[in-house]
Amino acid sequence: MSIHRRDFLKLAALGGGAVFASSLPGCASMGMGGTDEFYFVQLSDTHWGFNGAVVNPDARGTLPKAITAVNALTVQPDFIMFTGDLTHTTDDPAERRKRMREFKELVGGITNKNVRFMPGEHDASLDHGEAFKEFFGDTHYSFDHKGVHFLVVDNVSDPAARIGDEQLAWMAADLAKQPKDARIVVFTHRPLFDLAPAWDWATRDGDKAIDILMPYQNVTVFYGHIHQENHHMTGHIAHHSAKSLIFPLPAPMSQPKRDPIKWDPANPYRGLGFREVEAEKPSKFEITEFNVKA
Amino acid sequence: MDRNRRNILAGGAALLAVGAGVSVKALAEDRVIPVVARKFVFLPGEISLKKGETVILEFTAPEVVMGFNLPDYKLRTDIIPGQVSRLKFTADKVGTFPFLCDIFCGDGHEGMAGKIVVS
Repeated sequence: MSIHRRDFLKLAALGGGAVFASSLPGCASMGMGGTDEFYFVQLSDTHWGFNGAVVNPDARGTLPKAITAVNALTVQPDFIMFTGDLTHTTDDPAERRKRMREFKELVGGITNKNVRFMPGEHDASLDHGEAFKEFFGDTHYSFDHKGVHFLVVDNVSDPAARIGDEQLAWMAADLAKQPKDARIVVFTHRPLFDLAPAWDWATRDGDKAIDILMPYQNVTVFYGHIHQENHHMTGHIAHHSAKSLIFPLPAPMSQPKRDPIKWDPANPYRGLGFREVEAEKPSKFEITEFNVKA
Repeated sequence: MDRNRRNILAGGAALLAVGAGVSVKALAEDRVIPVVARKFVFLPGEISLKKGETVILEFTAPEVVMGFNLPDYKLRTDIIPGQVSRLKFTADKVGTFPFLCDIFCGDGHEGMAGKIVVS
């Protein structure tokens, strides 16, 4: 039985709300062995500071519930990744920092101390990432973990949703050190591909990033921004978006406007959650989604 | 001035160069539609055109840098306070085409959108 399977059962028993586990493009089926296997948790779009009871009357309680669920995992993940929009935007720089301070204090309650962050446009676009850097460090970076090379790509500090030539050059130089069959994971906030440009669900120069990634055989992208699961392939590169922890958004271009989906008292926290991602050799990732429960 | 700001201004300069390429004659003949981009609306939010009509959208933004993006026509421009941005195009297909602000401008940015209706 895999680590993932044990946690699935544990959370199900706790009412933690594991709702989905299956093979996906870029993902594998359950049950495997090997010393380099591990899993991480992705949380996204917490929007701390958001105030809108129509879409989430428990805006200040949803993230704490997710943290409680993560802390309850029997076998802890190797690390936890927040993929942006940690805070909800504000024009007031002091209020922005207050929200980041509160968010940081809150996630300090996560038992697992290997927590990584990246910005979303709500965190970084109005000040080019200045406040984010004060609290959380660099907006783009790379790291290695158990044979997987991770890149964190910032496509939000530029309010025009560009990665920018400088960062693209960094990406290319960073990846040049990797063999073409390296296991590569990219974390980013916006989709790198044109998921729905009319809803601003795209990255202006995302095609350049994909061009840089394309020669590498084993690349998987995890992102946020769209507040729902979405699974897409650009060639052999798999892109998986995560649910939000504040409000869900409608499916891409499924309605005229991308208005948040209203809170349903009969199904509180519907569409809100986080995910586990289990890394398997040689280059597969198994995703398990968890819903927030009351 | 940071790099992002320079990029936006560079984009604006490029747009002005394109605008300068529009002849005075064309400017005089084509219908000019003023569009104001302010937090967090385009005014007007709906623009009605006849198929085959060539228009010049003339943008201003009194507050902060905004973006206009009409994906179905692959048209976009930065809108920089203190400058006028122009996009000339021909409505060559019938339908309703959404446009949006594609430069993050604050709380309410996600709702800053409109549509062009070509009949």
